[in-house]
Amino acid sequence: MERAGIQRMALGKAVNAGLRVAMERDPRVLLMGEDIGKLGGVFRVTDGLQKDFGEDRVLDTPLAEAGIVGTALGMSLRGYRPVCEIQFNGFVFPAFNQIVTQLAKLRARTRGRLTVPVVIRMPFGGGIGSVEHHSESPEVLFAHTAGLRVVAPSSAHDAYWMIQQSIASADPVLFLEPERRYWEKGDVDVDLGPGEVAPLHRARVLRTGKDATLVAYGPTVRLALDTAAAAAEDGTDLEVIDLRSISPLDVDTVVESVQRTGRLVVVHEAPTFHGPGAELAARVQERCFYSLEAPVQRVGGFHVPYPAARYEDHYLPDVDRVLDAVEAALAA
Amino acid sequence: MTDGAVSPTTSGAPTMVQLLDASGVRHEHPEHDAHLEPDELLGLLRDLVLLRRFDSEAEALQRTGELGLWVGTRGQEAAQIGAARAVRPQDHLFPTYRDHGATLSRDVDPLHILSIYRGIDHGGWDPVQHGVHPYTLVIAAQLLPAVGYAMGVQRDGAMGTGDPARDTAVLAYLGDGATSQGEASEALSWAAVYNAPVVFLCQNNQWAISEPVERQARVPLHRRAEGVGMPGVMVDGNDVLAMFSVVRSALDRARSGGGPTFIEAWTYRMGAHTTSDDPTRYRDSVEVEQWREKDPIDRFRTYLRAEGVLDDDFEEQLAAESEALAERIRAGVRGMTDPDPVGMFDHAYAEPHAQVEEERDAFLAAWAQHEQDLEQSPAGGGR
Repeated sequence: MERAGIQRMALGKAVNAGLRVAMERDPRVLLMGEDIGKLGGVFRVTDGLQKDFGEDRVLDTPLAEAGIVGTALGMSLRGYRPVCEIQFNGFVFPAFNQIVTQLAKLRARTRGRLTVPVVIRMPFGGGIGSVEHHSESPEVLFAHTAGLRVVAPSSAHDAYWMIQQSIASADPVLFLEPERRYWEKGDVDVDLGPGEVAPLHRARVLRTGKDATLVAYGPTVRLALDTAAAAAEDGTDLEVIDLRSISPLDVDTVVESVQRTGRLVVVHEAPTFHGPGAELAARVQERCFYSLEAPVQRVGGFHVPYPAARYEDHYLPDVDRVLDAVEAALAA
Repeated sequence: MTDGAVSPTTSGAPTMVQLLDASGVRHEHPEHDAHLEPDELLGLLRDLVLLRRFDSEAEALQRTGELGLWVGTRGQEAAQIGAARAVRPQDHLFPTYRDHGATLSRDVDPLHILSIYRGIDHGGWDPVQHGVHPYTLVIAAQLLPAVGYAMGVQRDGAMGTGDPARDTAVLAYLGDGATSQGEASEALSWAAVYNAPVVFLCQNNQWAISEPVERQARVPLHRRAEGVGMPGVMVDGNDVLAMFSVVRSALDRARSGGGPTFIEAWTYRMGAHTTSDDPTRYRDSVEVEQWREKDPIDRFRTYLRAEGVLDDDFEEQLAAESEALAERIRAGVRGMTDPDPVGMFDHAYAEPHAQVEEERDAFLAAWAQHEQDLEQSPAGGGR
């Protein structure tokens, strides 16, 4: 059924549209980052926003990531709701101190007297043939830090809504945008009412199936769907879950699925070693031990520094690697 | 400079603002002055003396095992009290963990400072109500938030209106060691670029635990300011009048929209870095004795006596007030009860987080079971 509110847009544009709505709704929402004004950001996610909201609300900052996050924190104490853009994932580390020692802990430090509603947006994941520090998936570093929320949309629709929900959150949120999916178009239902938008931290079943459960988030959701389509040709029926949130984790949705399928494959670009798949595997075996028909399989990056672009095809999970994992799960 | 054997400058130029020298003699300064009424002067003395008593009592409480750690302020009272007197109610302070004078000046209960060092909490006061940010233990990490807060003030239009009850400034504290942190450089640079209403107050107490200030910088610290485009002022940190005057000028400038200032207060940490430190391992007692001659409270007393402002009656009252404070602190600290364990889960997040809730529920269940087991054990209940 065609609905009036459906707009087709690329994922990057959907973030832009979501930011625009949040800024129109709340004058306290500010954007801060490097090259986000006139240039519109290196991925053009903030395109046109400085022109429409002015330099006081869309700040081209000095090239200092600790400065971006640290001053954003200070502005949030004054009632503002800053949304920081970190230009590339690997550039978040100069800000790591502010994120981990201040932003994440200030609320607990003050027994709830201070809240720091700061959003940190950054592109993550690889697949665009870029140079060092531009393709990393550092989400577990933040997920392992209490006080932070970590989310990753995989579609234009979720990008549009989840950025608004992140801005509305009273807690600091790391908002990870799948870099190689910025240009992928999807339908965005912009007319949803408050109760119709999926909660920020709820996983979503994108495809139902009975043979095994594939869990992914961010850039690997498309990969999981492609894998499910390929498997279907061989008569294997895969369920696909988009996790959407890394912290908190919607374990219930995964458990419910695995209790039906008996098999779980987790796919992410982050290294599997101490990765989100490890956490999920642990939680699933705790709660579905007697439903599991096979060991939980994980597909992800290797425990090596993200390699140069010409290695990328071998480093990143692809349909073949996910199918191998599915096969291993089904063989057991 | 008119004071001391330790040169604060490499050029030897007399750049340090001083209104009261080490022997308590008042000097004129072309740019700075502090005309204070007798009761205001006595108010400063009172704050200095009470801060010192607070500090010595806290140290004693640590030595008797009532506090886990104490970070002392002895020697730096004038730098903290003089600066605090220049602050207005609407201003906001971002102190280090040594700036008890700053914190107390904002009517924070002394016990709310001591609860940190007893391990009850990370700071019991309300930062919004008192206008004092919680103590930051990662060196220099409070500076960028301070600049951001000042940028918020700017956006609120709470600067440069000419209304003394509205115009607001931020006072960001740091030590000499903190100037080496990258974030300190970033904070200075940002403040200058955005013309933020913030004053950086660097108490150069000469030592970052065991490392002398020469290990932090090859130029006097206040000259950092020039490189980022803000005034850098050096002031005798043991001179409460000079501190008041210099900080007041800088805060006025910030509130009026004139931009940030970097102040280096030349002072000395008379005690150990913390009660866990042993300064005899790295510094000469001769140096400490030299600084004892420049004591901020002694010189102010001498001056007030010479001016006929201070008399024995006031001293007696102040001594009694100091002892009453010490007594209140002792009783207060000893009476602090350990927090409810489940409270550690309370404020990790503002909104529900599934894993934290799950862990809290499991913790509570295990705790209840443990209590029940204890009660049913043959040895009987109670812990």
